[in-house]
Amino acid sequence: MLEQIDVQKLCKKAVTVRRHIVEMLAEAGSGHPGGSLSAVEVLVALYFYKMRHKPKNPRWEDRDRFILSKGHAAPLLYAILAEAGYFPVKELKTLRRLNTRLQGHPDRITLPGIEMTTGSLGIGLSVAVGIALAGKLDGRNHRVYVLLGDGEVQEGSVWEAAMAAAHYKLDNLVAIIDRNGLQQDGLTEQIMSIEPIASKWRAFNWNVFEVDGYNLKEIINVLDEAEKVENRPTVIIAHTTKGKGVPSMEWSTQCHAKVPSKNILLSLLKGLK
Amino acid sequence: MRFPELEATREAYGDALVELGSENPNVVVLDADTSVSTRTQKFALKFPERFFNVGIAEQNLVGVAAGLALSGKIPYMSTYAVFAPGRCLDQIRNAVAYPNLNVKIVATHGGISVGEDGATHQALEDLSIMRAIPNMKVIVPADANATRFFVKKIAYMEGPFYVRLSRPSVPVIYDKDCDFTIGKGFKLQDGSDITIFACGVMVAEAMEAANQLKEKSVSARVIDMHTIKPIDEDLIVKAAEETQGIVTAEDHNVIGGLGSAVAEVLAEKHPTPIRRIGVRDTFGESGSHKELMLKYGLTANNIAQAALNLISRRK
Repeated sequence: MLEQIDVQKLCKKAVTVRRHIVEMLAEAGSGHPGGSLSAVEVLVALYFYKMRHKPKNPRWEDRDRFILSKGHAAPLLYAILAEAGYFPVKELKTLRRLNTRLQGHPDRITLPGIEMTTGSLGIGLSVAVGIALAGKLDGRNHRVYVLLGDGEVQEGSVWEAAMAAAHYKLDNLVAIIDRNGLQQDGLTEQIMSIEPIASKWRAFNWNVFEVDGYNLKEIINVLDEAEKVENRPTVIIAHTTKGKGVPSMEWSTQCHAKVPSKNILLSLLKGLK
Repeated sequence: MRFPELEATREAYGDALVELGSENPNVVVLDADTSVSTRTQKFALKFPERFFNVGIAEQNLVGVAAGLALSGKIPYMSTYAVFAPGRCLDQIRNAVAYPNLNVKIVATHGGISVGEDGATHQALEDLSIMRAIPNMKVIVPADANATRFFVKKIAYMEGPFYVRLSRPSVPVIYDKDCDFTIGKGFKLQDGSDITIFACGVMVAEAMEAANQLKEKSVSARVIDMHTIKPIDEDLIVKAAEETQGIVTAEDHNVIGGLGSAVAEVLAEKHPTPIRRIGVRDTFGESGSHKELMLKYGLTANNIAQAALNLISRRK
C-alpha cells in the first residue's frame, strides 16, 4: 500500500495530465475531451503505481501491457505516455496534425508505448485475451490491463471476449470500465441500458470490483487486490464523470466528441485542480 | 482425366499445420468451432496447448489472434470464408491489417464449390473484400500440394495473409516438392494465342480448357495466379503483349476478385480484350460441387468457349 505522500504525488500527476489533455485538445480543435478526462486517475494509478514498464525500452518483454480499448480517449493515453517519458511532452501539441505520431486514435506502429492500435470499439478485450494467453503459454508473469468505455460494452464482441477470458481462467487480465454514464448520443441507460453491469460480468465468471474512479487510494487498492485473484479475470467498474475536472463539461452529453473553443478551454485551465 | 489424384486443400492445410507445429514452437492455431471441417483439428490433437477453439465467436477469434501475434506468436486462424472476413471484417481491418500484425487467416469453404450447404456457406466475395485492405496479402492455392507449400511459407513471412481454401477434393496438379514465389504467377503451360489466368479450383479446369483449345488448334498459356495480391503485373502485361487475349477463371464473383485484379492491370498498362469466368454477381444454391460448377459456368468448357469467343472477335 502506498504511503499518503505517494497518493498526493499521484493526485498532482492527475492534475498535470488533465492540463495536458485540455491543452492538446485546445490546440487540435477536435477530439474527445469527455472520455479522456473521465479516466485520468485510473490511468495515473496504472502507469505511475501499478504497471511494470520501461519508457526507455517500450518493447521490454516482461512489461505489463495496457490497451486503450476506448481508443477515442487517445489524448489521455498520450498525456500519460509523455509524462512517463515515452516521448517528449512538447510533442503533445501535434495531436491530430498531418504527419504526427499522435494520430486521432492510437497507432502502435508510429508511437512508442502504444501496445495496440485501437479506435474501433469492442476489440481491445479480445486482443488482451490473446496477450494474456500468450503470457500463460510462455510462463511469463506480466499482466494485461484494458480500459473499456461503458457504452463500448454494448458491442457484442466484448461479451465474446469476456466469455473467453473466463473460460481460459485468465487471472493475469484486468478489464477496467470507465463508467461515466454517457455515450455519444446520450445516457447509456437511455440509449441501450447496460445495467446491471456488475452482475453481467459476475454471470460471465469474472471477479468484479467497483470503485470511485477519482479515489486513487481505492483504485490502487483494487489493482493490488486483483493481483491476488486466481483462476478468474477481474473487471473493475470505475464510477467516473465524463469531462471530469472541467466544470462546464462534466456530465455534458456535448463533450463526447466536441471540443470547445481554444479561448474557453484555456480559461478553464485556471480552474483545474 | 489429366490429374487423376484428388485431395482437398483443407486436408493439406491440417497436415501443413502439424508439420509447422513440430518445427516452430511459436505457431499457434485458432478456430471458431469449425476445426472438424477446416481440419485445424489435426493440429489440435497434436498440440492441444497451442490450439484455441474460441467457440462460435469470429470477432473474438480475430482479436485473440491479434493479441497472440503482439506477443510474438504466429497465429493461424481458421473458419469458413463466409465468416472470415464476413463476420469479423472490422477486426481484420483494424486489429490485424492496420497494425500490420503477423496473423495468418486461412479460410476454408471458399466459393460455390462448397456445394450442398448452399448460398449462406458459399463465399463469393471474400477475395474482393480482402484484396481491398492495405497490408493484406491474398493467396488462393490450386491444389493440396500448393496449399502445403503456401501455408508453411507464410509462417516465415512477416505480416497478415489471407489464404483461401475450398471444401471439395480437387485434382492434385503439383508434386509434393512444388515451389512458388508469392506475388509471381506460375506458368503451368506456355501458349501463344491466348492466356488463361486461373486460381484455386479453377486451375485444373484451366488446364483442361487448354487441352480442349489445343484440339481446335488454339495454343493457350495457362498461369496459376495463386497470389491475388500483390498481383503479378509484369506477367499480366507480358501475356497481353505476347498473346491475343486474356481469360480469367475463379470460383468467386466476377466483381472484385482475380478477374478484376487482372482487368485493372490491363486497363492501366496494356488494354487488351478480356473475358472473366466466375459467378456472375449472384448467390449460389444447394447442389453437388460438380452440378454447381456446371450451372454457374465454372467449367473447362466455359473457359475454352470464352477463349474461342475472344479469338473470333479478333479476326
